[in-house]
Amino acid sequence: MAKRILTALVGAAVMGIGTQAASGATLDDVKAKGFVQCGVNTGLAGFAAPDASGNWSGFDVDYCKAIAAAIFADGSKVKYTPTSAKERFPALQSGEVDVLARNTTWTINRDTALGFNFRPVNYYDGQGFMVRKSLNVKSALELSGAAVCVQTGTTTELNLADYFKSNNLQYNPVVFEKLEEVNAAYDAGRCDVYTTDQSGLYSLRLTLSKPDDHMILPEIISKEPLGPAVRQGDDQWFDIVSWTHYALIQAEEFGITQANVEEMKKSTNPDVQRFLGVEADTKIGTDLGLTNEWAVNVIKAVGNYGEVFDRNIGAGSPLKIERGLNALWNKGGIQYAPPVR
Amino acid sequence: MAIGVTTTPEKSKPSGSIINDPQVRGIFYQVITVVLLGAFVYWVADNTIENLKRANIASGYGFLNGRAGFDVGQSLIAYTSDSTYQRALVVGLLNTLLVAVCGIFTATIIGFAVGIGRLSHNWLIAKLSLAYVEIFRNIPPLLVIFFWYSGVLAILPQPRESAALPFNMFLNNRGLAFPKPIFGDGSLYTVLALVLAIVASFLLARYARKKQEATGQRFPVLWSSVGLIIGLPLLVFLATGSPITFDVPVAGKFNLTGGSVIGPEFLSLFLALSFYTAAFIAEIVRAGIRGVSKGQTEAAHALGVRPGLTTRLVVVPQALRIIIPPLTSQYLNLTKNSSLAVAIGYADLVAVGGTILNQTGQSIEIVTIWIIVYLSLSLTTSLFMNWFNARMALVER
Repeated sequence: MAKRILTALVGAAVMGIGTQAASGATLDDVKAKGFVQCGVNTGLAGFAAPDASGNWSGFDVDYCKAIAAAIFADGSKVKYTPTSAKERFPALQSGEVDVLARNTTWTINRDTALGFNFRPVNYYDGQGFMVRKSLNVKSALELSGAAVCVQTGTTTELNLADYFKSNNLQYNPVVFEKLEEVNAAYDAGRCDVYTTDQSGLYSLRLTLSKPDDHMILPEIISKEPLGPAVRQGDDQWFDIVSWTHYALIQAEEFGITQANVEEMKKSTNPDVQRFLGVEADTKIGTDLGLTNEWAVNVIKAVGNYGEVFDRNIGAGSPLKIERGLNALWNKGGIQYAPPVR
Repeated sequence: MAIGVTTTPEKSKPSGSIINDPQVRGIFYQVITVVLLGAFVYWVADNTIENLKRANIASGYGFLNGRAGFDVGQSLIAYTSDSTYQRALVVGLLNTLLVAVCGIFTATIIGFAVGIGRLSHNWLIAKLSLAYVEIFRNIPPLLVIFFWYSGVLAILPQPRESAALPFNMFLNNRGLAFPKPIFGDGSLYTVLALVLAIVASFLLARYARKKQEATGQRFPVLWSSVGLIIGLPLLVFLATGSPITFDVPVAGKFNLTGGSVIGPEFLSLFLALSFYTAAFIAEIVRAGIRGVSKGQTEAAHALGVRPGLTTRLVVVPQALRIIIPPLTSQYLNLTKNSSLAVAIGYADLVAVGGTILNQTGQSIEIVTIWIIVYLSLSLTTSLFMNWFNARMALVER
């Protein structure tokens, strides 16, 4: 008992004294304060990064905007909390943020012991390695003896240890808490190898002083399903966050874009009518706790999944990441939405 | 007001009212404070437990026995990703202790040198010392650490262009690589000889002091000790057939392999903490020396004691009494500032704990461990310094 009280005492400092934000009915809280508090990365080009005037943009940021649009019909009603890999989970646990859209890998430990809920995977990723071309390394199996830069508190850090151990390779981990610190150390030549999710490597390579001097090795050593996370115990909020993603996927499948969404409301296709909330007596939106226009609002704010992808990290961005696994299920990928019915 | 009854004062009071009795009032206010504090603590504890339960977060310290799964760059003890979280924390703790002890040692030396330098009659030395103190004292420690880290990384060569130093040591931006001694059969005798030589030197010093007190004759302690400490182990080493060999670092594919390496993270943190804290220690030393009355020096000079001996035998012992208490605070500050290591990736207790916190999500437990460990470290340092202070205190005869 003494141990428990001590634990609890310290908890006051960590959890914020007597916070009630961790309770249910996140939707009511969000509506009452008038914005969604969204936990994002501190700065990962293409996923979440502020520009010179402090406006956030990126793939994860668009998810924050989409959720805000679903609730308020206005994608700008978001406040961003930049979190390091280490800060992100306490931020969500304590109720400091309503949703964590921060390229976070869905694992069973985070889903259970940490008290979070994950469902949709908005980006299927895998861990890779980046090295200097001058090292003449062609495969990750040639990396024995290398110094490896990695961000602490990530699944990356654990996969790295497992991969090198199972392949009997030696390495020297150089560990930092913040992404910017890892970048600076790699750029300064403190380590030979940089490892993180491949999407991250593409994004980070752009920020190095000489991007063309670096190459990404072909090996992918892990499954990294990234997606938004919410606290356990509030199913309604979990549904809203999940279905915002499914709405983006569904919109791409139907060919509904930011530009033609008003047009599509006149569609005679009953599936599209139901999805866009124009079907008579539909209750899909209100059952979610939102308005029947929710899907329309989401698409108006950020476009469909394909548009979000292209604009931030795909062909229309400097990152030029292929759709790969993240193409729709009927186009060779595994992005799939349950039926809206 | 049950308290009022138990503390009914026996002394006579002209007013006769309990309410106006200062003793009763004092106790009353103290009881109120304790009750309020207790209620506050209970409220915080209850709230936290409730919130943890609601958030479905498992709590307790059982997780410490789990497999860590991550590697640590710098470790003083054997550690792999298969070790437990507990062992990882010990690795972090040892790294914290290492940098704190090394930092305290160096900071004290630099601090004393600069502090005495500020009192020098030599204009250049005094002004240089002044500049040193003012620069380092007025920069946040984190910036000093960043300065050294980026400085160290930027100036040192890449591994393939390592700078060769004497004794097969190499310096590059992965750190300082030096030959690692490998202790073969019979090397134990050499180590024993070294220990024996050190003990003998101590005894010799005591003997010399006794002899000087008794007869006034002086014995060359320094040189005979040096001879003893170097000569004896060397003799034994050669006699047992040179059992200690060295693992010399050689160029590998990515970096030097073999030997031991002191990483740039440790180097820069150690240098930053030493230089930063030394600025404060210098001021404490200066204040301590200034605090010794000028009459003491003059009296010593009048007795014909030479300036060097005056400083050593008259000024410093008295100055130490003023210096030690604030010096303790600086040692504590240095130990606590070592937690800034997290910014440059040195695997200290906070960095390793942070990783565990993130991998397991047990934030409250880890924060408790941090608090308890730093509290224990600081209290231990305080205890030691208080003991030292008591020894140094003025003995009235």
